[in-house]
Amino acid sequence: MRVPLSWLGEFVELAPGTTPEDVHAVLVRVGLEEEAIHRAELSGPIVVGQVLDFVEEPQKNGKTIRWCQVLVAPEGERAADGGDAVHGIVCGAGNFHVGDKVVVTLPGATLPGPFPIAARKTYGHVSEGMIASSRELGLGDEHDGILRLVELGLDPEVGADAVALLGLDDSAVEINVTPDRGYALSIRGVAREYAHSVAVPFDDPAERIDATPGEGFDVEVDNSVPLRGREPVHSFATRVVTGIDATRPTPRWMGSRLALAGIRSVSLPVDITNYVMVELGQPIHGYDLATVGAGFGVRRAAEGETLVTLDGVERELDGEDLVIVDASGPIGLAGVMGGARTEMTDATTDVLIEAAGFDPVSIARTVRRHKLPSEASRRFERGVDPEVAVRAANRVGELLVELAGGTLSGRGSSFRNGASPVSVHLPSELPSRLVGVDYAPERSEQILTEIGATVERVPGGWDVTPPSWRPDLIGAAELVEEIVRIDGYEKIPFRLPVAPPGRGLTRSQRLRRLSADVLAAAGSVEVLAYPFVSPADNALFGSADDVAPAAVTVVNALDQSAAQLRTSVLPGLVEVAARNLSRGATDQSIFEIGAVFLPSAELGTAALPAAARRPSDAELDALSAGIPDQPRHLGALVLGQRRPSQFGLDAERAGIADAWTLVDRLVSALGGRAELVQGAHHAFHPGRTAEVFVGGRRIGVLGELHPEVTAAHHLPRVVAAVEIDLDALIDAVPVVPQADRLSTFPVATQDLSLVVSVDVAAGDVRRSIVAGAGELLESVRLVDDYRGDGVDEGLTSLTFALRFRAPDRTLTAAEASEAKLAGARRAASDWNAVVRD
Amino acid sequence: MSESSPITPENVGSAVDAALAAIAACTDSDGLKTVRAEHTGEHSPLARLNAELRSVAPEHRATLGKLVGQARGRVAQAFQARQEEIVSAEAAAQLEAERIDVTAVPSTGASGARHPLTLLQDRVTDVFVGMGWEIAEGPEVESSWFNFDALNFPPDHPARAMQDTFFVDPVDRELVLRTHTSPVQIRAMLERTAPLYVLAPGRVYRTDELDATHTPVFHQFEGIAVDRGLTMADLRGTLEHFARTLFGDEATIRLRPNYFPFTEPSAELDLWHPTFVGGARWIEWGGCGMVHPNVLRSAGIDPEEYSGFAFGMGIERALMFRNGVEDMREMVEGDVRFSQEFGMVV
Repeated sequence: MRVPLSWLGEFVELAPGTTPEDVHAVLVRVGLEEEAIHRAELSGPIVVGQVLDFVEEPQKNGKTIRWCQVLVAPEGERAADGGDAVHGIVCGAGNFHVGDKVVVTLPGATLPGPFPIAARKTYGHVSEGMIASSRELGLGDEHDGILRLVELGLDPEVGADAVALLGLDDSAVEINVTPDRGYALSIRGVAREYAHSVAVPFDDPAERIDATPGEGFDVEVDNSVPLRGREPVHSFATRVVTGIDATRPTPRWMGSRLALAGIRSVSLPVDITNYVMVELGQPIHGYDLATVGAGFGVRRAAEGETLVTLDGVERELDGEDLVIVDASGPIGLAGVMGGARTEMTDATTDVLIEAAGFDPVSIARTVRRHKLPSEASRRFERGVDPEVAVRAANRVGELLVELAGGTLSGRGSSFRNGASPVSVHLPSELPSRLVGVDYAPERSEQILTEIGATVERVPGGWDVTPPSWRPDLIGAAELVEEIVRIDGYEKIPFRLPVAPPGRGLTRSQRLRRLSADVLAAAGSVEVLAYPFVSPADNALFGSADDVAPAAVTVVNALDQSAAQLRTSVLPGLVEVAARNLSRGATDQSIFEIGAVFLPSAELGTAALPAAARRPSDAELDALSAGIPDQPRHLGALVLGQRRPSQFGLDAERAGIADAWTLVDRLVSALGGRAELVQGAHHAFHPGRTAEVFVGGRRIGVLGELHPEVTAAHHLPRVVAAVEIDLDALIDAVPVVPQADRLSTFPVATQDLSLVVSVDVAAGDVRRSIVAGAGELLESVRLVDDYRGDGVDEGLTSLTFALRFRAPDRTLTAAEASEAKLAGARRAASDWNAVVRD
Repeated sequence: MSESSPITPENVGSAVDAALAAIAACTDSDGLKTVRAEHTGEHSPLARLNAELRSVAPEHRATLGKLVGQARGRVAQAFQARQEEIVSAEAAAQLEAERIDVTAVPSTGASGARHPLTLLQDRVTDVFVGMGWEIAEGPEVESSWFNFDALNFPPDHPARAMQDTFFVDPVDRELVLRTHTSPVQIRAMLERTAPLYVLAPGRVYRTDELDATHTPVFHQFEGIAVDRGLTMADLRGTLEHFARTLFGDEATIRLRPNYFPFTEPSAELDLWHPTFVGGARWIEWGGCGMVHPNVLRSAGIDPEEYSGFAFGMGIERALMFRNGVEDMREMVEGDVRFSQEFGMVV
């Protein structure tokens, strides 16, 4: 909402010299937040001039310029720029005559742009300034030559300040109006708030207008089809004005205020309806009465009806749309946009003025359905004062008489449905109970009365009837806000409440934070990618095989090619890695912890529980069932060199070992132990993919990405990758780790070399050794995988370093050997392993 | 005394002199080993003289024995001393040989980093945990009931349009990407009993195109306290305590009227600090207010008995004015240099 200061000043007294910044400061106190300041960017000498004479001079470029002698100060006086009263000015326009009064920007002036004016040589003359067009002055888009003041009906003194004359010295504050305060989408409402904030009298513009409705113009209001129990038409007033001249110019004061308010000038009758809308907050539509047939009224549209709106678009109407009709059918989309057929034109002489109040729900749905937000609908959606309709119609009538030469006929109508503000009980202690300020009852009463409410003392408090323009005041809490708002938020004291003893972070929260810290400490960099991905990305990364996973699709995605929510965190990491690579980061270890979205049942619910009461357990269960699973996944990528070449150290290329290292460190830090099993995943290298198990539970996958995948994303061929279901990992590790007694007896170390088929996984052999060697085995580590001389083709020799220790004694070499051989025997029986001497 | 005995002071003296000279001339431990063999070994002059004692007449044995014994003692002592000198010199020489240019020492691992947004979220979380609050979380794909209806957003109300919501297909199944973490507050109230003091941090979504000051995916933390007798004064006190903990003692806050469907009265929270990026100034940080009675009723809490306050702020914005991040795109692009600037502290 933009509020020209001159307009605001009509209804509240602004102290002399009040700046837009001052007005912002006043309004923000009462909850109208500042957005911007608008002012005409004009400065310097800009005056009324009169063309005394001109000579037309054709130019080589085909143009004809006029070399003008312009009187810019009363004869015998100096001009505003210090020069002579007559200035020689070159002008390219040809739409003016000798004797015309025009606006002259003298040297030293600045026009919006900024465009500084100076005396300059052009077309063989020194032009001492410029004759301005409407557009150059920021008055509008008119560009058919210069502005002739007579067109605005003006005949000012030569030399007068044109800025003040044209209202270009005004400025406007723009404020953000929250959805609860539709009344503040009017000068009337803002002036009222201004008056509250600085405690000055408010002169209500509505009170200045005659409230007598017209009579004899029949309007059929059909309120029979409510939406959500609400009648669509709250008020409907009409008034007929005859004999107007629609071609008269809009007066400058009105045009300038509308421009500052951000509303384009159309024609005098339309400008008048807009002017009254901005002033009173009541949207108004004017019809060319000659085009309106019998049976004028308002009703729901019938299925199949169509309407061509003012913008020339033919719209198919919905049964919920509210339409203005005559016997021919719909002639306007009520509260949203008028129809083309009954539009006012330059030829219009008789005008039907309609000022109506429509239900917010009905208008909101129509706006959404037809994607047609307008100045009118914005006000209706937030609620329009139903008591102001008749006055608004009459005010438009007055202005059409005054400015367009019309005659106010007695014809008109007034409809009001039964809806009126409901009285709200405000317990006397509630303001203090909610705000923490000890309000005297008289103060609360005073404030509520000031905002226009009717306050009646009843036992235990007040019955408060809100004013007709405050449909938002529907409960006691809303009334309390009015009290604290007007009394001042700055008066609220500070008090720090003491919460009951808390339990700190949950286990999951602690371990997730730890996981991020562990990965960062292991050299990985945390990143946060958007969860929006393409179906192809979900199909590739979100499942191990070619079956596309069930996924959540966003209807109104910003990027329609990435409208699914991720089922894997890897696509985002791949994109981030590619971006980093393009910025020169050839070596990267990056990770992300974030939700993935896995629908397991039908999404959503068909119906929602009612608000303002606790849903039943069954209703809550139904809501939960429709929400997709959203486990938190941890993903990581490592690419390039794990270690760049340095003095004394060779570079090492990253690979699957880096993925395993991250997982091993993570799981160990969480008190678990990760095991790998050869796996398969179509986004991964077919021979370099491992499934990760913790405590017998599969928690994810690691390996190197498939070279085709890395090539497609312009990444190096080898990219190590990890994706872990972090929630599952946290479930799989011990809640309370239990300590084993540490043995202080010496360790016995032995190596074991086993020859097995190359098809046997080292991890499987390792597990067999662990199972066979028994409790004396403390640790086992693969130290060699030898193929070649001395080992037959198709076989490999795996060497493990084993450490044995007993809890209660020093092991003899024989005991350790026996345990080792027990392990070897188990490997022999499981995998045909043969001990290699 | 046998005339033929070689044990004479001259012989002993010359053996000792030769041994001492050899020891003194020795410069390394290998040489010292040779010297030891030559001058104290079983074929050394002193050993041979010592062996001669067996053939010395008993009456001279004590005198000559003393002569030889003292000589051997002197040599052994000199040897010991020299050995210590050499070991210590050699150790020093080795250390010197191991001297390197420490400014050229390589690093064997890369440095990782946390993302500053999650770090700041953790930091905020810790402040409230320190006040006894608990941390709640909820789904990012959420039912409209939790995101809107339970929070007193009437259907068809323009407040819903303010939220720039991402809708899940099919729309009539009423799922959205949560536009705020407030639905977690409803969940917390449904799961716990009053009194409760809960903070809900997390990722939220709005249909804003990414630019320097907007991102469609961002982070919020919202708090709710429901207890007997809570007022706006408790809200103001809590927020000021929080602001001072996070920004320093000079921070101060200001409330001014605003509108949110789920609070009444509602307020905008402004924050002031002398060291904000861009200078000491008021910065709009979030919304807050007293929990609307309808919201309490949706969670099964009696507004006649309990009152509550709630607030919500953005983490991205805080990172901008607290840590000098000028462009929101840096927070979402995943450039490793961005996280690395912070290490693991924000």
